[in-house]
Amino acid sequence: MRTRVASQVGYPLLGVLLILVTWLLICWIGNLPTVVLPTPDKVLRAFINRFDLLVSEGWFTLKETLGGFLLALLIGLPISIGIANSRPLNLMFYPLLVALQSVPKVALAPIVMIWLGTGMQSKLAIVWLVAFFPIIVDTTAGLRATPKELLELAQSLRASSLQIFLKIQFPAALPFVLTGAKVGMTLAVIGAVIGEFVSSSEGLGYLLLSATSQLDTPLAFAALFALSLLGILSYLLVELAELLVASWLPPSSQRH
Amino acid sequence: MAFGSVDRVRKVFASEELLTRSSDPVVALDDASFDFEQGQLIALLGPSGCGKTTLLRIIAGLIAKTSGSIEIGGRDVTEPLGDYGFVFQAPSLMPWRSVIENVLFPMEILGRRDQAARQRAVDLLDLVGLSAFLQARPHQLSGGMQQRVALCRALIHRPQLLLMDEPFGALDEFTRLEMNDLLLRIRLETKATVLFVTHSISEAVYLSDKVLVFSRRPARVAREIIIDLPYPRVQQVRFTPEFTGFERTASEALGVIPPQDQAIPVLP
Repeated sequence: MRTRVASQVGYPLLGVLLILVTWLLICWIGNLPTVVLPTPDKVLRAFINRFDLLVSEGWFTLKETLGGFLLALLIGLPISIGIANSRPLNLMFYPLLVALQSVPKVALAPIVMIWLGTGMQSKLAIVWLVAFFPIIVDTTAGLRATPKELLELAQSLRASSLQIFLKIQFPAALPFVLTGAKVGMTLAVIGAVIGEFVSSSEGLGYLLLSATSQLDTPLAFAALFALSLLGILSYLLVELAELLVASWLPPSSQRH
Repeated sequence: MAFGSVDRVRKVFASEELLTRSSDPVVALDDASFDFEQGQLIALLGPSGCGKTTLLRIIAGLIAKTSGSIEIGGRDVTEPLGDYGFVFQAPSLMPWRSVIENVLFPMEILGRRDQAARQRAVDLLDLVGLSAFLQARPHQLSGGMQQRVALCRALIHRPQLLLMDEPFGALDEFTRLEMNDLLLRIRLETKATVLFVTHSISEAVYLSDKVLVFSRRPARVAREIIIDLPYPRVQQVRFTPEFTGFERTASEALGVIPPQDQAIPVLP
């Protein structure tokens, strides 16, 4: 038991250590200047010294990410429900949605800026745009995959459409919704950063951009790590939501 | 007038309903007729895909018939009557509900979920030997146990007709024999009227009061065999001449073996 815990914690740590040593060696052997590649300790120092700045910029990016994601969820779910339950709506929009999913939505970022300016609104719109499609496509697939027998059982009891939706269709689709939400959340962080890259005066993406333009590479790397942490944090939020409904769901190996 | 009567029911699927390339409509059922009484178990026996399941769904009011009429308990069936029980080949439980919550589902839909319903659910689960698993999740149970939960779910609202669509077809032979005896016991307790679709000759004879042998598509009732074996039935009955006689009659009707008057080949 103790050795298992030790190896589960020990090996990943060893991996990180190995990467750090390699990083250091590259800096030393290549004799690279800090502007090109700062050593890990310089990045750490930048992270600690500028921690307040990272937190305040990170807070802005987090608001964009979560706000846009929630919009995607709030707008996506009703549309999915409509498409999954109406044959005409399904025929009109489902193929379109699947096709749009493969369009590189970030390419729309500059156009969104023209429409909504460079503030929070345009960032929310871009995040919404990238997170919306995986959520809606997965949710619709889930709502349409309701086991036929359960539907027949409900019909044989003369259940109302609302009962069928609330008691069967939606709970059965929940694992799909969560899968879509995970992909959506991952993309949401990317969307927020792209939005800040295109035009912004706040956020971690903006900080990264301005740090590199001032040749403050340690700060750029620190911002990059802060972004990674933010990505992990927002993903964990979805995992937390999954945990809350986990009592509903069978172990993932037995889902569908 | 019989409790249930199925009169010259015909079902033709238009080709677009079947999503096949051929443009010919498919006749799934051709003038299927039979009667049954309250408390009887009727076995619908026939090869897989012969249309028995379609007939069951028509009787449930889930799909429309092309012509003919069905009357159950004095009511014409044109849509679900709301008081049938249904057991499918797969247990089809809701993975997000506990065992007892699954059993209570019909009462919830019917708006009759109260203390008495809960007590009945507990009693039914006790009857099928699952009283230790009330709060378990379906995925924690074996296939046979899940099907027993499905059986309780089908009986919770005291349905006037229980429809079973090859309910034990996916179970191993031992579990299947066990489930057969369980079903016989439950019938004794609940006096349920059952239509039971199966492709097992011996299961049909063992469980039923009457076996309806269906011909290949288009399905029609090729033969009615009254099974007058005494109750309570026990596994030993399978080895009596009467039992094998019924099996032989059913096999002949299905065309599995030639009619009895033909010479049986003798081994040298």
